[in-house]
Amino acid sequence: MDDCNETLRELELFLDSELSEEAHLAIRAHLERCPNCVEAFEFHAELKIVVAKKCHSDEMPDHLLARIENCFGEAFDGDASGGEEPAS
Amino acid sequence: MADRDSFAKEAMQYAPQLYSAAMRMTRNSADAEDLVQETYLRGFRAFASFEDGTNLRAWLFRILTNTFINSYRSKQRRPQETELDDVEDLYMYRRIGALNSAEDQMFDLFTDDEVKQALEDLPESFRLPVLLADVEGFAYKEIAEMLDIPIGTVMSRLHRGRKSMQRRLFDYAVARGLTAPPTEGPEHGIIDATPEVPAHG
Repeated sequence: MDDCNETLRELELFLDSELSEEAHLAIRAHLERCPNCVEAFEFHAELKIVVAKKCHSDEMPDHLLARIENCFGEAFDGDASGGEEPAS
Repeated sequence: MADRDSFAKEAMQYAPQLYSAAMRMTRNSADAEDLVQETYLRGFRAFASFEDGTNLRAWLFRILTNTFINSYRSKQRRPQETELDDVEDLYMYRRIGALNSAEDQMFDLFTDDEVKQALEDLPESFRLPVLLADVEGFAYKEIAEMLDIPIGTVMSRLHRGRKSMQRRLFDYAVARGLTAPPTEGPEHGIIDATPEVPAHG
C-alpha cells in the first residue's frame, strides 16, 4: 500500500523522464501489477499531451515572418564580425 | 552551422512555436510579436557565438525566455506574484480521473482557450516552468538554466504550478456542467476527494 503512495509521489518525475533508470524501472514494475496506479499515471500522461497540443494552437500572424526577416537584415547588414552572448 | 542563411532558415522554422510560447508569456498578441521579433534579432546577432552541435531550438527558447524576463517583463506593470494557493495532490484526477482517462475524452473535456487560460492564470514564476516543461518539453536541467534557478526549485514550482492549473481546469469543466462540483459528495463515477492517496494495490 505504501508502494502506491511512493509510486504516486514519483509520478511527475516519471512522466517527465527525469528518474534514474533504476528508479524508472521500479515504477514500471509497480505499474505492471497495480491497475489503480496505472490509471493515475495514464490520466496525467494524457493530460500532459492535451495541454501541449492545446497550447500550441495559436495561429502565427503572417506578417510576423516578414518582421523576422527584417531582423535578419538588421542583424547582418553592415558589420557582422561581432556576436553578443545569446543569454544576456 | 554552415552559414548565416542556412542558420536563419533553420531558426525560422521555430517561429510558430516561439510565438505560441510568447503568447503564454505575454498574454497578448501584440506583445508576443514584439517578443518573438526581439528574440530573432538577438539570435541573429549572436550567430557568431552559436556553436555547432548546440540544440538550436533550446538555444532560441533560452533567448526568448531571457528576453522576456530581463527586458520585456519590466514593461508589464503586474506585480511579481509568487503566491499560489496550495492544492492537494492529484486534485483533478481524484474527481474526474476514472471518467476521462483516454486521450480523446480528455481532449474534448477542455477547450483550447480554457487550457491556455489556465496556464496564463498562473503567476509567472510558476507559469514559465510549466510552459517550458509541459508545453515545450524541455528537461529540468534545461529549464533550470533558462530560468537561472536550481533544479529543485524547477521541480517544486512545476509541482505546485501543475496542481493549481489542474484545479483551474477542473473548475472550467464544472462550470460547463461536464462533471459534478467538488463540494458534492461521492456519486457514481465521481471519485471522492480524500486528503490521502486511497489505499489500494
